[in-house]
Parts: sequence; structure tokens; C-alpha cells
Amino acid sequence: MATTTVIPATPAPKLNYLNNGHTLKSWLLTTDHKRIALLYLVSVTAMFMLGGFFAMLIRLELLTPQGDLMQADTYNKVFTMHGMIMVFFFLVPVVPAVLGNFLVPLMVGAKDLAFPRINLLSWYLYVAGGLLFLHCMLNGGVDTGWTFYTPYSTVGSNTNVIEAGLAIFLAGFSSIFTGLNFIVTVHRMRAPGLTWGRLPLFIWSNYATALVMILGTPVLAITIVLVAVERSFHLGIFDPNLGGDPLLFQHLFWFYSHPAVYIMILPSMGVISEVIACFTRKRVFGYKFVALSSVAIAVFGFLVWAHHMFVAGISLYAALVFSFLSFSVGVPSAVKVFNWTATLYKGSITYATPMLYAFGFIGLFTIGGLTGLMLATIGINVHVTDTYFVIAHFHYIMVGGALMGYLGGLHFWWPKITGRMYPEAWAKLSAMFVFFGFNLTFFPQFILGYLGMPRRYWQYPPEFQVLNVLSTAGASVLAVGYLLPMIYLLWSLRYGPIAGDNPWGAAGLEWKTTSPPPTFNFDETPVVTWEAYNYDEIPEPKELEAPVAR
Amino acid sequence: MSKYLPLWPDQASTMASQVDALYIYLLFIAGVMTALIFIAVAVLAIKYRRQPGREAVQIEGSLPLEISWSVIPFFVMLTFFIWGGVIYFKERTPPADSTEVYVVAKQWMWKIEHMEGQREINELHVPTGQDVKLIMTSQDVIHSFFVPAFRLKQDVLPGRYTTLWFKATKPGRYHLFCAEYCGTNHSGMGGDIIVMDPQDYAMWAAGGTSAPLQETGKELFAAFGCSTCHRSDAEGRGPSLQGVYNSPVVLEDGRTVTADENYVRESILDPTAKIVKGFKPVMPAFQGIVSEEQLNALVAYVKSLAQPPTGTAGLQNQPAASPAQPQNMQVQ
Repeated sequence: MATTTVIPATPAPKLNYLNNGHTLKSWLLTTDHKRIALLYLVSVTAMFMLGGFFAMLIRLELLTPQGDLMQADTYNKVFTMHGMIMVFFFLVPVVPAVLGNFLVPLMVGAKDLAFPRINLLSWYLYVAGGLLFLHCMLNGGVDTGWTFYTPYSTVGSNTNVIEAGLAIFLAGFSSIFTGLNFIVTVHRMRAPGLTWGRLPLFIWSNYATALVMILGTPVLAITIVLVAVERSFHLGIFDPNLGGDPLLFQHLFWFYSHPAVYIMILPSMGVISEVIACFTRKRVFGYKFVALSSVAIAVFGFLVWAHHMFVAGISLYAALVFSFLSFSVGVPSAVKVFNWTATLYKGSITYATPMLYAFGFIGLFTIGGLTGLMLATIGINVHVTDTYFVIAHFHYIMVGGALMGYLGGLHFWWPKITGRMYPEAWAKLSAMFVFFGFNLTFFPQFILGYLGMPRRYWQYPPEFQVLNVLSTAGASVLAVGYLLPMIYLLWSLRYGPIAGDNPWGAAGLEWKTTSPPPTFNFDETPVVTWEAYNYDEIPEPKELEAPVAR
Repeated sequence: MSKYLPLWPDQASTMASQVDALYIYLLFIAGVMTALIFIAVAVLAIKYRRQPGREAVQIEGSLPLEISWSVIPFFVMLTFFIWGGVIYFKERTPPADSTEVYVVAKQWMWKIEHMEGQREINELHVPTGQDVKLIMTSQDVIHSFFVPAFRLKQDVLPGRYTTLWFKATKPGRYHLFCAEYCGTNHSGMGGDIIVMDPQDYAMWAAGGTSAPLQETGKELFAAFGCSTCHRSDAEGRGPSLQGVYNSPVVLEDGRTVTADENYVRESILDPTAKIVKGFKPVMPAFQGIVSEEQLNALVAYVKSLAQPPTGTAGLQNQPAASPAQPQNMQVQ
């Protein structure tokens, strides 16, 4: 049990979730949300390395206009697996399943998530999906693109489409279970006094994400099953030669996969709200609007899917309606950016690494969002859809946005998760690598796209080479920015200074328990009597940059 | 310089300059917004950096601000929507007197059939100043016909026609790309759009040897036995096809549909899908019997019947409308 002394005189091993059991079994059969979060952290990081490896192969192939590094078929499999891994096995789970899993119960003052065993099952489903995908990959891979467009995926491709689909099906259920857990936990397990209006914005955004997960993911699962059925039994669903309709697939697929974009970005938006509040020492400007904008994004996100299909052969009027609705998602997204920026006003701002990532997020998400508006403008969309313009746009949202948010959050809560500080100077350096490497990689792709370079091209006309070389150079810088944290964060596990319970002087219940937290999070159930982000009542830490070892 | 580092694509169609104008407007707004946000973040972050003796001022928010930064962007976006919609409307509405060209996509090539009978692979010759309507279908998976210099793109689907139209403005050779991933050689499924002055085009077109498309269609119409039922008078077992194209057709179930290219196509491949009022479902399906090329010729033939012999000439598609060589084609 936890010791009763408030501050131990020596760093004698206070019982926490990390040292409460050291056997493999104590990890693999744990129902502790914090341990499951770490299991997820290890697995999604492994998948990220794999997806990143494929990304580097893509960039290397595109260094020259000729297809010379690998065969066309190989290249097609490489970009397909890059996309599938990054979307379904990294971006969708990364923030909810790692940071969300760890933080949702802590932030609402609960002992665990509502269904701890389902939470563990969710990780096993994820791992099963991941292993199946690895098997599929080693068995020859899949080449449909992550979008599985029919009839190519059902009659055109002779690769392991069904196995890849099944892997994603499993990962999808892992995501549904996470969402279910979040919804029930937020509804039923908030600490006394923690009303909806007092919830941290990270909770609001994960709640909105969970709604999308449980409403959208089943549609993807059904769609994958339909692809498998047509592929195996030649039942006409999507293939016109069998009486099916290829556009039906696109409607079903994007009905999930557009909201999935919000599964990826919303949790990171929550991270950014927490980080900005802490490092400006302020309550987030327009708390209610930021909170409700998450829900608005989740709801509107379900009404815009056909903006992926403006040139696919949908009717003129359907295109106009979906264009209009797509702009409506722009409003709550813009509201967030404006409110974060306004939060800086009259703050007391420090530039710790998480805050640098937050600055980066605001900038890159702004560019990603504005280019999204260009894509929603149908006259422009016709020209740039399926080109590198789209590639650049969604990487600004997913990598510049979601991944930057994740890295910011990982640094912000690292002392809570591990009890140790990361090395600040290295972290700042790598944040710079990420920001500049990212822009060098993806900004030239906007120009490439408007020039007309189509996506998923193994070879390309020679006039596009200079911009592609810039992009590949940027990717190398970016890779350094991603590898550095893997090294110094591991290093900090052993050599990092002891962090203390609340090294940032941050608001939020997760900072009111020890670092790392005990297995059941709080020695006694907290009672909340304050509003969120009550930074006026919390003293600033003396020196944020180098917390004193206790 | 621009050969190695092009920053802006060629403009070679009437749409290109319109799309570019909108794009420049969007770039301007996006540039201003990005600059505002970047400058605001930088200035605020520096001005309000942590300083001894100064504490953060807690501000709850501001309803007027929230409303203005929701409503003003919305109205700005509305201009994007309207302008983009107008361009799209133009892009999707081919002028009535367009020259028609049939396009069949397959892994991994573009097969082009002109009304005058010329066939091309991975090349499309067109004259400047002429509206050209592409009637496209795919033999296998989804492809996408993309000409960056025209700022136009349209997916090409199996089992139906999709259309695209343009009016080329500047002679030259422009990229044709397949923009929808279609398998192994997707990135090799490209070619050239060759835009020519009308005189050059006429010379090029005169070099052909094959019969006009609707003539081929007429022969097929006889060869497949279509003409035994679809007679030119009203006595046949099938409905007369004179003037049917682009006109309303009343179906057995009471619906009225317009006999567009997709309707004609479907009625050949799967005749029972839409039965014309007063007729029996006796026509055999031609799915799997006619090739895409034969189908195109048949559709072109049926469309050529649309033109009543007299009347408002030239309003409908008169496929051999390419002014240069009607006589020429008749000789062949």
C-alpha cells in the first residue's frame, strides 16, 4: 500500500504503478489503465518506426524521376503499408490509447477506466491486428493504397487484401473499445464536484473523439467485410461487372475515414489546450467555446465525407452540398486556433518543450486547415485532388498537427508517467528539427501538387525533381527529430532528474497525485471545488526548465 | 530556371485561368491568415514571456470576439464556396456543340476514339478554340483523366460513362496523367495532350484511315441485329431510336428519364433495367458481348440518330462538326 507520509525524506521506493509488480505477467495481464497505456506506447512506437521506415523508402525512391530504387509493385506496397500503418496503427490510437488511457481516469479523479478488462482486450486486439498486419506484410504485403478503392481491391489486386483488411478490422475494434471506455468513464466516474463545465479540455476532446470512434468505426468494419465478401465469393457489391457500384465503396469508406481524421486530430487539440494553459499560466481563453468546438467538429465531421469524391462521379448538386458542409467544419477549427492564440495574451509564458510543440501545432494546423479550405473549394479541388497538394495538406494536419500534439503531450506528461524529467536542451533541439524538417518535407509538396504531380507515383516527369529532392532532404531532418526523443526519453528513464509530483506547476487532478501515480491513482478520492485551469491559485514553479531533484 | 524548378503550371485551357484566379485569391486569404496567426503567436509569446514581478491576467473569454471570429471566417469561406461552385458548375456543363471524343481507360493505357474515326493511344490531339467533350469509361478499375495544364480531372469508372469537357487555348504538348491509383503501372499510365492550331489539326485529322465512329456504329447496329427491332418507323418490337438521345423517355414503371449516354449504354448492356413504356422486356443483354469500343460506336450511332433531318441544325451534337473535313470523312 501507499505510504502515509506526504513527502518521503528519501526517494525510497514508494509503491507506484511501475514498481507494483515486475513480472512479465504483471504487465501482460494488467488491468491498470496506466500500464496499458505504456503497453500501447511501446506498440504504437514500434508501428511508428515501421511506418517511418516505409516513409523513408518512399522519399528515397522519389529522389529521382525514374523508378530506380525498387520495382513499381514494391513501391505500391510500400506506400500502401506506410499509409495503413500510420493511419490505423499509429495516428488513430496514438493519443487516445497512450495519453488518453493514461490520463482520462487521472484527470477525472477515477481509479481506473470504467471497463479495465475491456481496456486490456483493446490492447490485445490492437496487437493481434498489428501482428496480422506484419504477417500480411512479410507474406508479400498489400498494394491497394490505404483507401482500398474498389474494384481494384476486389478484382484488380492480387495481394493480401483480405488479411490486411482483417488486421485493420481488429485494430478498429480496439479503437471502439477505447472509445466506449472513455464515454462511460467520463459520464459515470467523474470525481465529486467535477462537473462537465470543469472538465479539462483534454477530456472534452477525447470524449468527442470517443463518439466518433464508436459511431464511425463499425462502418469501416462493415465496409472491409463487404470488400472481403466480394473478393472471396464474387458477390456483386462494388464491382460493376457483377452488378455492384464502385462509388458505394467510396461513400462507405469515407463515412468512416473522414471522421477518422478527427479521431486523429481532436485528442491532440486537447493536448495543446492543456499545454498552452500551463505554460501561459492562464485559463484557456473561451473555455466553453473550445470545449464545444470539439463536439461540433465531431458532429460536422460526419457530414462531409463526399468532399473526397468531387471528381469521382457524384452529382453536381451533391458536390455543392458537401462543399458547403465542409466549410462548416472550418468554423470550429478556426475557433480553436483563435482561442489558443488569445490565451497567450497577458499570459506569463515560458518556452518549455511542450510549449514549443504547441506553437508548432498552431502554425502547422493553421496551414493544414487553410489548405483544407482550398480543397473544400470545388473548383480548386478538381485540379489538386489526388495530387501531392492533398498529400501535403493531410500531412500538415496529421503530422504537423496530430503528431506534434502527441510529442508535446508526451513531453508534458513524461514526468508524470515516469517520474523523471527529460533533458530539456535535447528536447528543444529535436523540436526544432521536427518543425523545420517537417516544413521542408511537406511545403514543396503543395507546389508539386498544384503543378500537377499525382500521388502514388513511382516515377514522375523530370521537371518535378528539384522539389522532390527538397522534400526528401526535409524528411531526413525530420527523421533525426523523431529519433532523438526515442534516445533521450529512454535515457531519462534512468538518468533523468526526479521530477516531483507537479514539476510544471500545472492545474489538473493528474498533477495532484504522486509521480508516477500509485496503482489506484489517488490515495483518497479527490473532491473538486475549483474550475478548470485555476492557474491564479497555483504558484509558479521557481525554475521550470530544470526541476530540482528531490 | 523554370525548366528545373517550375512553380506554376502551364495554362492551356479556358478553365485554367479561371481556376488560377480563384487559387490566387485563396492563396492571398490563406497567406494573410497564416501571417496574422504566426505574427500574433510570435508577438504575444515574446511580449508576455515570463518576467519577474508580473503575473498572468486571468481572462474568461469574450462573446463578441467568439462571434466575430466564427462569423467573419464563415462569410469569407462563403466566397470560396460560391466562387468554387461557379467554376465547378462550368466545368461540369459541356457546351451543346462540343466535339465528342470517346475515351476508354484500361490498365495501363488511354485509348482514344475520335468521332471522325481516328484512334490514338496515350495521345489526344485537339484543336485550339474548340469545345471538346470526353465521354469516358474504364474496362477494369477506376482511373482518372487528369490534365494539369487544363486544371481538369475526372475519374473514369468501369460500367458507366463520366464526362469532361474543355476548350484548349494554347498549342503545345501537355501531360496527361492517371490520377486514381490503378495498380502496378499507375505512374506509367500517362501520355500527352497535343493541342494544335485548327489548321494543323485539320491536317493531322486528314491523315486518318478509319471510318467515322457512328458509321462503325451503324454497321454494328446491323451486324448485332439491332436494326430488326429498333426500326426507324414505329412498327418495330423495340422503341424507335430516332431522336431519342437527350429526350425524355417514359418508362414502364411510370418514371421519366433522360436518354443520356449512360442511359443508352445501360439499355444496350442490361436492357431490362429500364423498360420503355409500352414495350416488352424481350431484348437480350449485351453485357460481355460488345467491347467498350463497340459500345462507344453504338452509342455514337444512336446519338447521331437524335438529329432530325431538318430543323435547328447544329444545336445538338453533330459529331462530325469539326469544321475542317466532313467531305474528307465521307470519302473514307
